[in-house]
Amino acid sequence: MREFEYTIKDELGIHARPAGLLVKKAKEYESEIIIKKGEKSANATKLIAIMGLCVKCNDTVKITVNGPDEEKAEKELKEFLSESF
Amino acid sequence: MLRFKGNGVYGAYAIGKASVFKRNGKKVCRRRITSAESEIKRLENAKKQAISQLNSIYEKALHEIGEANAQIFEIHMMMVEDEDYNESILNIIKTQLVNAEYAVAVTGENFAEMFSLMDDSYMQARATDVKDISNRIIACLVNKNDKKIDFNEKIIICADDLAPSETVSLNKDQVIAFVTEQGTGNSHTAILARNMNIPAVVNVGEGFLETVKDADLLIIDGYNGDIIINPDKKTIEEYELKQKRDIEKKELLQKLKGKENITLDGKRINVFANIGSVDNIGAVLLNDAGGIGLFRSEFLYLEKDRFPTEDEQFYAYKKVLESMGAKKVIIRTLDIGADKQIDYFNMDKEENPALGLRAIRICLSNPDIFKTQLRALYRASVYGNLGIMFPMITSENELKTVLSICDEVKKDLKKLNIKYSHKIEIGIMIETPASAIISDKLAPLVDFFSVGTNDLTQYTLACDRQNPKLAPFCDIHNEAIFRLIRYSAESAHKYGKWIGICGELAADTTLTEEFLKMGIDELSVSPSYILKLRDTIRNIDLNSNKSN
Repeated sequence: MREFEYTIKDELGIHARPAGLLVKKAKEYESEIIIKKGEKSANATKLIAIMGLCVKCNDTVKITVNGPDEEKAEKELKEFLSESF
Repeated sequence: MLRFKGNGVYGAYAIGKASVFKRNGKKVCRRRITSAESEIKRLENAKKQAISQLNSIYEKALHEIGEANAQIFEIHMMMVEDEDYNESILNIIKTQLVNAEYAVAVTGENFAEMFSLMDDSYMQARATDVKDISNRIIACLVNKNDKKIDFNEKIIICADDLAPSETVSLNKDQVIAFVTEQGTGNSHTAILARNMNIPAVVNVGEGFLETVKDADLLIIDGYNGDIIINPDKKTIEEYELKQKRDIEKKELLQKLKGKENITLDGKRINVFANIGSVDNIGAVLLNDAGGIGLFRSEFLYLEKDRFPTEDEQFYAYKKVLESMGAKKVIIRTLDIGADKQIDYFNMDKEENPALGLRAIRICLSNPDIFKTQLRALYRASVYGNLGIMFPMITSENELKTVLSICDEVKKDLKKLNIKYSHKIEIGIMIETPASAIISDKLAPLVDFFSVGTNDLTQYTLACDRQNPKLAPFCDIHNEAIFRLIRYSAESAHKYGKWIGICGELAADTTLTEEFLKMGIDELSVSPSYILKLRDTIRNIDLNSNKSN
């Protein structure tokens, strides 16, 4: 299992459109990807749940990746996050 | 004639007939079923249909409003497929053995409520999206076709709230505006409306739909959110005129936006705005001005019953400078006296106020008042691109005194370690015949001149500008004034300085060519004249031999 943190820089936080992109991205991997904000967590393939985290600008989220392609997923997700959020 | 008010979403006017949009507001009934399996199959089919509808809406939106805005319908598709959303629907069907419509409605409401309870206005607005997709699935379940609004004449849609998909389904050629009782400036409906260039007023509140009837004549003011139902003839004419001007202005703006103010033969001219209060900055930006050529600082003094403090002035100047970013902001120091009197200055009554203690003369007689303003200006200078301009200069010595006071102020600030910009441009108004005649002596001392044609005319022609009986003697196109301006321009350029005009003559487009031929580098006018002036400049050829 791999774990890393990311601080959201997008002014609107994880709003509808980028959340949609994130879901698409997460579905590319076999590994399970979980996003955690405080005590709440959501599976990255679930759009409404991610939006339900209400992640805002400057919030730090913890992302865990667990599965056979976790190394690749972690690397690519990090790139994706810094580009999109 | 009845008036309502909401929030304007897109600034434009519309005059047309109302069409009250009624949703097939059939309530979803809870019905017991026998086989969960066949109900789930119905649900799957309905979802497929919903996705294919969303796909075509997405395609239409992509074409009409661009990818970034169309993406919301992709989000809708993802919501329809969302695991949690579907799990909830399936759960309700299986455990309660109820119809799919009911399960979707309950799930939609629950999820919408979750969004509306979030402490973020953007997320709260997403409740509409969940409701929208749920209604779509339900419509597919009861085998209703996607609601399409189809009309033959131009209409204004009135609804309680429009879902994003409904907004896009509107035929733009027929719909000229819409009004909703609910909704916010953050809802997708509002965002899409802006992109579709349809004036809209949202959040009108309850009571509107009960009042308005199909085919009522409506006026929509998307600027301030006014709605007028069945206006009288006078009001219609008033708004028709407003609408016409608005359209002309937008066309001109569209034509000129981002273009430089260059004559046909390649001379670049700055077109700046004259303003008298911080509140006018909106109009400056809206009209795409290159900067502020005259900011009258009097308002700071006129709106108070005591002298404004250094900090009060500092914050006002800072706000203007920050709002204009890198664009030039020329602030004219206190110019009262003559026709502008302020009680707390305790000025003596004068026989000839126009020839009396006014403008820079007050400042030089009361250096404390002057220094307070200068300190505020210098402190604010680090927040933008400041120019300072002094009014009513008549002699070289006067100007030298002014400049030495500036030096004192700078020295004091330095001592206190307070930062100020070293790139402030210093200029003077050319508004007395004396300043024009000795402009060759003044030019080396400053960075720019700005011609105040109103005072220059009154002083040159010896005509009180407030006496209407003098009109026949006060020819604003008198050759004497033009000679003074021309000489000032020559003096400025001789020393590599620039010269502008900030008086009323600057807005007279019949004179623009003549001014440019004199070598005027900048014209500063009221915000509403900017676009017309820019258009004029772009059509002038200084090499043509057309006589002035």
